[in-house]
Amino acid sequence: MARSLKKGPFVDIKLEKKVLAQAESKKKAVIKTWSRRTMITPDFVGQTFAVHNGNKFIPVYVTENMVGHKLGEFAPTRVFKGHPIKKDK
Amino acid sequence: MARISGIDLPKNKRGVIGLTYIYGIGPSTAAKILDGAGISQDKKVSEWNDDELSTIRKAITDGITVEGELRSEKQLNIKRLMDIGCYRGLRHRKGLPVRGQRTRTNSRTRKGKRKTVAGKKKVTK
Repeated sequence: MARSLKKGPFVDIKLEKKVLAQAESKKKAVIKTWSRRTMITPDFVGQTFAVHNGNKFIPVYVTENMVGHKLGEFAPTRVFKGHPIKKDK
Repeated sequence: MARISGIDLPKNKRGVIGLTYIYGIGPSTAAKILDGAGISQDKKVSEWNDDELSTIRKAITDGITVEGELRSEKQLNIKRLMDIGCYRGLRHRKGLPVRGQRTRTNSRTRKGKRKTVAGKKKVTK
């Protein structure tokens, strides 16, 4: 079910603070975050995030098209490298 | 012959059903169009006169995207997901279900016909 419009998009408060501070100071440092549930707002565009996928941090460069998605959508949590090739006996 | 947005409508069907032959118009949209135009839903397509036909045509061109335009719009939405590299885009790329369905079994619509991998030999007694 979609989130209620009344509440507005969910953004982690700490992360938002960090992003706004960095946008103001025109720095382009990578922001490390575990907050996969944070919605990408227009303020995030142009920043690079290191999003945790449970194992390591995946670098995500935010573009305009990504607004409205969650950060976690860009850091896959599962690795699938194809099925193993069975050896004949 | 009723021809709307490049599609020939079947002559002998009720108006609501006939309109659903257009890609992008289902039963409820068709009913809405006909009610808005003040035409009975039970009237056959062949019984529409030119005035009625033109009002229906106008309602469709002004109100909703259909056929090729809708198809390309859909394609663009999918392409956007694939380009930004989000999870849904990756699923589209791999041709797997996008909305979190199970893939251990089923999901044959997305995966296509079964591709059997030569399995273990059955042990015979």
